[in-house]
Amino acid sequence: MTSGSATRPRLRAQRSRQIGTFAGLVVLCVVLWAATPHFLTISNLLNVLEQTSINAIVAVGMTFVIISGGIDLSVGSVLAVAGIALALALEGRAPAPAAIILALATGTACGLANGLLITFGRLPPFIATLGMMSVARGAALMLAEGRPISGFSEGFRALATARVLTIVPAPVLLTAVVYLVAHFVLNHTVFGRATYAIGGNEEAARLSGVHVRFHKTAVYGVAGLTSAVAAILLTARLNSAQPTAGTMYELDAIAATVIGGTSLLGGEGTLVGALIGALIMGVLRNGLNLLNVSSFFQQVVIGAVIIGAVLIDMSLKRRR
Amino acid sequence: MHSSALLQMRDICKRYPGVQALSDAALDVRAGEVHVLLGENGAGKSTLMKILSGAVRRDAGDILLDGTAVDIPDPASARRLGISTIYQELSLVPHLTVAENIFLGKAPTRWPGIVDWTAMRRDAARILESLGVSIDPDTPVSTLRLAQQQMVEIARALSDAARILIMDEPTSALSQREVAQLFDTIARLTSSGVAVVYISHRMEEVFRIGQRVTVLRDGCHIATRNIGEVSVPELVRLMADREVSDHYPRRTNRRGEELLRVNGLVAGGLHDVSLVLYRGEVLGIAGLVGAGRTRLARAIIGADPVERGTIAIGGRTIGIDSPARAARERIGFLPEDRKQHGLVLGLSVERNVSMSHLHALSRFGMMDRHAERREAEDAIGKLSIRTPTASQLVLNLSGGNQQKVVLAKWLAAQAEILIFDEPTRGIDVAARHDIYLLINAVVAAGAGVIMISSDLPEVIGMSDRVLVMRGGSITAEFSSESVTDAAVLHAALGVAS
Repeated sequence: MTSGSATRPRLRAQRSRQIGTFAGLVVLCVVLWAATPHFLTISNLLNVLEQTSINAIVAVGMTFVIISGGIDLSVGSVLAVAGIALALALEGRAPAPAAIILALATGTACGLANGLLITFGRLPPFIATLGMMSVARGAALMLAEGRPISGFSEGFRALATARVLTIVPAPVLLTAVVYLVAHFVLNHTVFGRATYAIGGNEEAARLSGVHVRFHKTAVYGVAGLTSAVAAILLTARLNSAQPTAGTMYELDAIAATVIGGTSLLGGEGTLVGALIGALIMGVLRNGLNLLNVSSFFQQVVIGAVIIGAVLIDMSLKRRR
Repeated sequence: MHSSALLQMRDICKRYPGVQALSDAALDVRAGEVHVLLGENGAGKSTLMKILSGAVRRDAGDILLDGTAVDIPDPASARRLGISTIYQELSLVPHLTVAENIFLGKAPTRWPGIVDWTAMRRDAARILESLGVSIDPDTPVSTLRLAQQQMVEIARALSDAARILIMDEPTSALSQREVAQLFDTIARLTSSGVAVVYISHRMEEVFRIGQRVTVLRDGCHIATRNIGEVSVPELVRLMADREVSDHYPRRTNRRGEELLRVNGLVAGGLHDVSLVLYRGEVLGIAGLVGAGRTRLARAIIGADPVERGTIAIGGRTIGIDSPARAARERIGFLPEDRKQHGLVLGLSVERNVSMSHLHALSRFGMMDRHAERREAEDAIGKLSIRTPTASQLVLNLSGGNQQKVVLAKWLAAQAEILIFDEPTRGIDVAARHDIYLLINAVVAAGAGVIMISSDLPEVIGMSDRVLVMRGGSITAEFSSESVTDAAVLHAALGVAS
């Protein structure tokens, strides 16, 4: 009995988890294709991808945070305040690139504030980001004076409306770019290594010389940044920024992350999983709409899928 | 002696995915004996005990209690049959009090559902007293030292009216005095007919308290002997199938220039500690649990705040305010509790090794993954870490190999000052020898090693100088020529020799 044979089942189990989630997505698509002719058309599939892009991008930051062993409840509110900052700048005739940078900076600043409260203030992530959820939402409402801000230039709206190569919606391309960059950061940088190490065992990481506070703060900064990216896309798509935007997005992002196999205990997880998780939720919503399922019952189905995915995941882990 | 068999386990088999943990393992235990279970890590001791305590189910084999076949499907059944376990990793609820932990799940009640607190405190105090320890039953467990927590764990097992007590490395965290106390308790228990199944790697303990010994190897029963009829070399040969002759390998190198100087260090639990470490030496630090040895190590590496005092490396005074700074100054800490503080168990060998020096392995924040892999593979070869690949998760390695990964992490970071806290705790005899050889190799290469150890023969056998700590201060220093067990013990206890 060599110890090598003890390894392979584990590696296989990790990979099979990813494949399992992907298989779930494929099965879902096949079922919908059988159920309704409207599902498997190019235009509908692109529509699904476009609809999913916002949640998928928010889920990137959430994945970083959850891998580091934390949670971020403020991503939806941060999305709203970043969107309002963007809209106010555009309304004030700021050039679009400047307004975009302002929005990204706003989101990142909110995230870093979360991070500092957690690392230097020693608050549990749940509490710090719960507070930020309310603060950022309130700030968005105050800045916008409670009203939506609408009507932007064609150039800005092209971020959402443009079709690359006449067919691929710009948001889909942008989402792909965000995932590629984030994947590189998570797997090929010091920051990514530190994120996994901190989530796996924070004290061991600290005693090994990892700059835990710095990296942990930055992780929440990433979550703020991706929320702002999502805010820009959403504002461009709706041609309007609303202070109530992004409500409950934190839960969608957490759901996408855990459906993708990331453990809420931290230390493990992948962005590929989060992307598949976001797609499963997007496809499900789209399909249920096509099948004229009431929006009330849709919520029941989506909740059941989240619970089912994690149940399957946990039983796979137990068998390892 | 002709006492009948209380427990018989026969032809026990257990297979985990990819590993045959037990094949035809056997054990028979008589009432009133201390039965030692010996074997290298991975020999199947823990699995066999997990089967006995209902934590895992056997694939095949018989368990007979008083000659009657029994089934032990879960831990509750084991407890009902009078089988209790003291685990190596303590299983107490930190925020509950000592009394609540002792009576966890079986609190005395006045009316159904209403806890009788008075009775609970009284009974807890009685059990603790029978153990000879002075712990207030109302203390939260989280405020107790590890050794005290273990006493609570033992008290909990006693409260179950156990007939068979399984102890897995019960002395690994105890000071000499606490060990003596534990052995007294065990003697009292066995004289009242309780059988103790005792797992330990410490040979002197085996001969001190055991009556019979069973050796397992590769999941099989190898031999059962009366303690009076075996010798240490014979037992080691049965366990490892080879002779481990040289217990503490010798070094021939000379001590070099000054490496680390700690001057007047004052921190939580430390009073004015000064020491000097030279290149090429092992500086042993002995003392009882709670003497401040780990606190000293943590203060040196900046893990805990320091109130006063200076630390100089190579004559240069520096301020170490974080473990990250200590790592930059090439100080590596190998903590006592490897799983909690030394390793990220869910990450690979490779990523644990690189964790101590990510910046050295990167350019502009981007990891050089080839260098990372090469370095880990080098370390696996040099330290002979038993792992199929560098991408194996650390949680799948044995204790000895995990310790080697922690060492590899600091050697790869080119640490020159290595602080080992209980370097061989929970590590089997053969792997211990490997660790000692590695310590010698590190020292021969010009590094300095501080070795904190509660294992007196180890600290005396390995060190060039031995410091003894008591109550947060250094109370004695011995050279390797003048040091004796008795002298160290006297200094640690604070009694005149």
